[in-house]
Amino acid sequence: MDFSRRETFGLGLGALALMALPVGASASTIEEMIAEFTGGADMADTGVTLTAPEIAENGNTVPIAVSAEGASSILVLATGNPTPSVGTFTFGPLAGARSASTRIRLAKTQELVAIAKLEDGTFARTSAEVKVTIGGCGG
Amino acid sequence: MLSRRDFLQMSMAAASITGASGFGNWARLAAQDKFDQSSLLDFETFGNVTLMHVTDIHGQLKPIYFREPSVNIGVGENRGEVPHLTGEAFRTRYGIGGGTPLDYALTYEDFVAQAQAYGKVGGLDRVATVLNAIRSDRPDALLLDGGDTWHGSMTCLKTEGQDMVNVMNALKPDAMTFHWEFTLGSKRVEEIVKGLPFAALGQNIFDAEWDEPSELFKPYEFFERGGVKIAVIGQAFPYMPIANPGWMFPEYSFGIRDEHMQEMVNEVRAAGAELVVCLSHNGFDVDKKMAGIVTGIDVILSGHTHDALPEPVLVGQTHIIASGSNGKFVSRVDLDVRDGKMMGLRHKLIPIFSDLITPDPEIAALIDAQRAPFLEDLTHVVGKSDALLYRRGNFNGTWDDLICDALLSERDAQIALSPGVRWGPSILPGQDITREDIFNVTSMTYPNVYRTEMTGEFLKVVLEDVGDNLFNPDPYYQQGGDMVRVGGLGFKMDIAKPQGERVSEMTLLSTGEVIDPSHSYVVAGWASVNEGTEGPPVWDVLESHISKLGTVGQGTATPVEVVLPE
Repeated sequence: MDFSRRETFGLGLGALALMALPVGASASTIEEMIAEFTGGADMADTGVTLTAPEIAENGNTVPIAVSAEGASSILVLATGNPTPSVGTFTFGPLAGARSASTRIRLAKTQELVAIAKLEDGTFARTSAEVKVTIGGCGG
Repeated sequence: MLSRRDFLQMSMAAASITGASGFGNWARLAAQDKFDQSSLLDFETFGNVTLMHVTDIHGQLKPIYFREPSVNIGVGENRGEVPHLTGEAFRTRYGIGGGTPLDYALTYEDFVAQAQAYGKVGGLDRVATVLNAIRSDRPDALLLDGGDTWHGSMTCLKTEGQDMVNVMNALKPDAMTFHWEFTLGSKRVEEIVKGLPFAALGQNIFDAEWDEPSELFKPYEFFERGGVKIAVIGQAFPYMPIANPGWMFPEYSFGIRDEHMQEMVNEVRAAGAELVVCLSHNGFDVDKKMAGIVTGIDVILSGHTHDALPEPVLVGQTHIIASGSNGKFVSRVDLDVRDGKMMGLRHKLIPIFSDLITPDPEIAALIDAQRAPFLEDLTHVVGKSDALLYRRGNFNGTWDDLICDALLSERDAQIALSPGVRWGPSILPGQDITREDIFNVTSMTYPNVYRTEMTGEFLKVVLEDVGDNLFNPDPYYQQGGDMVRVGGLGFKMDIAKPQGERVSEMTLLSTGEVIDPSHSYVVAGWASVNEGTEGPPVWDVLESHISKLGTVGQGTATPVEVVLPE
């Protein structure tokens, strides 16, 4: 039979290949990226909302949304991706809603982090775990 | 002095704990050997609203045997909690005597002897009789179908769900939500849904492209019953495109979306709903977690994980009702709703003992009409079993072992993988195995048996991945199936470990060798969620295997050493 394992288990193999990356390598990078954004300031646990599915339906295009009242910018990081930076959404003073949504690619199960810089100069942080799975075998 | 709020909480808690549920009464009647249709139906009508819940029927029109699980491991906060109790622990929890009809209906021990004594369960003609009896007490009772209805049998597969649609329509449901229905393909689902004479609900069914609520499936429906404005909010199975082939319904996106659920609850409350019911296909543990997050739901009618519980479980002020599977149970929930608030609840899980309940003649004829074109195929005897064949449980059942044997021998493979689904009736020792029986444990729209090579490393990834879908301590990361069934490969599973560390000591059974991560093994399996999977349908593979053997035993048991959480 001629269908390849790659076709059959593409998603799972993607997850596997990326799991081989050294975990420690990106961890310090993420801290550095956060420090660069906040300038090392403390971050509140509330004040920013990150909406993401618990389990991704398709790791290649995962819908996420962030919002924070009074935010001037929101940084989003996918901590388990080879390139963790997703982007920074910037809101001008005339922006009615300080919210944004997009779709991102996730290499494997990981934590997403969103940090909002508020107009008063303070920061708020939240995170969400998104699982990327091979699937199958439903009840 | 008690505040009104305190009083409400107490009366509701009391209702669920001491069983103003009809359950206490049930146990007494059972102990008195009073066991007939009238005792099954006995219920003192209460309050002003009645809900009737059926779920996870899986295409079973006719009476069947269905053995409940012996292994059902709860993790995290659900360790040792219902529905993760089996056998004696379950009987002790609910005060059920061993060998009683309820023991047969709700647990697994002495299943063969009890099945011979008490007979088959289910059959939608018997369910019809029960629904009619409840409607004679309360003519405006709501009938709510939790989904997994248009799937699971030969006639359902061959008619693309039409047999179930015809029979269910005759039972007159008021609303329904969905899971396996979507494996008929989105076009067929849309065709059926557009013609349904009742509400097709799912607040979490979204348009995949725009990530907005789907236009076809409403989030909720209002009903006026007994002077009470009731909102029924639907919650479809959240992980449809992950647990089932997403390419069959690419237009839809799901997810738990509890924030949207809260919005819907607020919306219906603001519109004057006095009673909020969630018709859910989340699975029990997910419903429990959701009930702790979303406020304002009075009753969750829970489906998907096939649990049958004789009493509601109370989370905050939300009562969760679990009504089993395969047509084996109907839940009746009577509610007292006054001054815009739910003041009390009385509940009974009614087991459908097929030999005791008179079939409704009209529905019986309708069922036979659905089956008539396929009768020759359905009744074709393929072989015989000299063992009890069952599936339900966290790890391989005997049906699964037999299927894995068939995959290994018919497809000449070293290792077999079979999906950990929870549907599939049981076969008693001495019973003929018909083609219908084979379809009952295999029928689906993606049945192809692939034969491929996988490295030892990848096999471990598969086991770890499925294991985490079952044993992740956070219910929101569970998909509600059981562990993938495995043939030709033994392993050890440490439930409490994180993903990637649960599975060890993987052994190829044919040689006794430890699985080598870099070596490739020939694997046969079915129910792949990937498009373009090739191979013969699994029912042909299983029929070929059984017909060669003539009389089958329980198959080769796969050694899985389970390390339980503390």
